[in-house]
Amino acid sequence: MTEVKEKGRSTIKKRSQFKSVFFRFKKNKMAMFGLVVLIILTLVAVFADFIADYENDAISQNMKIRLQTPSREHIFGTDQYGRDMFARIVFGTRISLFVGVVSIIASLIVGAVIGAVAGYYGGAIDNVIMRIMDVLLAIPQTLLAISIVAALGTGIFNLLLAMSISSVPRFARIVRSSILSIADQEFVEAAKACGTKDARIITKHIIPNAIGPIIVQATLNMASTIIGIAGLSFIGLGIEPPIPEWGSILSEGKTQMRYYPHLVVIPGIAIVFAVMALNLIGDGLRDSLDPRLKN
Amino acid sequence: MIKYILKRILLMIPVILGISFIVFLIMSFTPGDPARLILGEKASISDVENLREKMGLNDNFFVRYLRYVKDAVFYRDFGTSYATKIPVNADLMDRFPETLKLAFGSTLIMVLIGVPVGIISAVKQYSLIDKVTLGISLILTSMPVFWLGLMLILLFSLKLGWLPATGADTWVNFILPCFSLAASMMASLIRMTRSSMLEVIRQDYIRTARAKGAKEVTVIYKHALRNALLPIITIIGLNFGGLLGGTMIVESVFALPGVGTLTINSIRMKDTPMVMASVLFVAILAGIVNLIVDILYAYVDPRIKSQYAKN
Repeated sequence: MTEVKEKGRSTIKKRSQFKSVFFRFKKNKMAMFGLVVLIILTLVAVFADFIADYENDAISQNMKIRLQTPSREHIFGTDQYGRDMFARIVFGTRISLFVGVVSIIASLIVGAVIGAVAGYYGGAIDNVIMRIMDVLLAIPQTLLAISIVAALGTGIFNLLLAMSISSVPRFARIVRSSILSIADQEFVEAAKACGTKDARIITKHIIPNAIGPIIVQATLNMASTIIGIAGLSFIGLGIEPPIPEWGSILSEGKTQMRYYPHLVVIPGIAIVFAVMALNLIGDGLRDSLDPRLKN
Repeated sequence: MIKYILKRILLMIPVILGISFIVFLIMSFTPGDPARLILGEKASISDVENLREKMGLNDNFFVRYLRYVKDAVFYRDFGTSYATKIPVNADLMDRFPETLKLAFGSTLIMVLIGVPVGIISAVKQYSLIDKVTLGISLILTSMPVFWLGLMLILLFSLKLGWLPATGADTWVNFILPCFSLAASMMASLIRMTRSSMLEVIRQDYIRTARAKGAKEVTVIYKHALRNALLPIITIIGLNFGGLLGGTMIVESVFALPGVGTLTINSIRMKDTPMVMASVLFVAILAGIVNLIVDILYAYVDPRIKSQYAKN
């Protein structure tokens, strides 16, 4: 039925690629749910200062009200230093999303340049670059990130660097393979035969066709990056207390877990929501970019 | 076939060398002085300097790296741990069984639950079971292992008191860590099995099998599953290889004395020989597992076997 509808519309005006992708994406309820969750989390991250008080509620200790279970005053309860869990989770959103987005963008840019160079020049350069990427891929991602953090020291910037470096090879690989598969196709050959300049072929033919799988990969990678950040902070190699980060909140709450389970349950749910939203969006984008791939 | 295997093993050598170089490079940036670490805070500066000279720490990076490779390749000497002062191989072999148990246990759980559930989900596509399965696997993929581990400890150790939260004495200790590790991989295996089966179920030869009156069970398990097996094996193999190097965080949640906790502790203590040995060990193992997966392909799919033979 939808096919008929789409055909009917296309006779009136041809929908652009972006619009038709978004059209299919909108019909995917789960993906839209993910998008709504992500938008809410982004708003929370951006407007965290209006939602909660960083200095008074999330950072400064108030031993009089320590370890309270969720109540009307502290809807997520308080931790062992009397800090409001809701405020800490809200500011944790900011850190997780910030590190996630920045490290994905950084690794995407570096990975895209490396992958594009390898794919475009081919031959010996391609071989050398991809072997180096293979080597990096052969080291487990968490292990690579942990060693980089250990070498550079903890802190947000080093965490960013570690997460970015450890996901560069994945992007380089996917950019290279999509460039190679598109550069071989007939429409590129046709464009070349028409005497189109290389720059125009790259911007008008190769990039629009290659961008889809790369965006999908970036979304899914951001989900695993958020888990990675929390994991590093959890074992004490990421963001250090008292800065509220989901993983470090979990790690601090772990000691009180037996009697105050809210200290570990709530930050975990926050992580699950963020990761699930990104996974849903990634899956939804993949399906709407290439409907044939569905199922 | 043997030629193919030999070629693959030869190709692993540059990768292993590359990994050793990168890890050596990263470790050389780590602040802290190994000689100071070995002698302790109270040692005099001249003692530390003598030991540095003796250990060759004053040589430049490339000299040190080449010496490491030479010792490792020709004398199979991977160095002595700065922290425990015994050869790293001994420590590693001591810890490895725990990680192996963990990897095997989680793979077993993942396969025993993931594959049948994926098949049922595919056979009953769009049914309630299918939807519930997909929903649960979505949640499982989105859970960080360490959080799932904590939740399992909370429920089964602290509230119900059924299972131990830490230690590695009996197989009972491995139940919770194995389940936490298996969960997200199980979810991806379910999805993979489902989509692979769905693709096969629509083929003509399945219709033929049904038309000739084969039992539904035979159709699904003999005709469909065998043809859907390739991507399933890939996922299982990749996950097993990944598990050998991906147990660090779970090991630290459950205080398991495996290779993962050894690696984290060594990284923290700047115990370069130990870090090098454990990373290389894990990478070599993962490489071997990948090779085994590729060889398994040949047995599952005769077409691939002939391709290997050609090259």
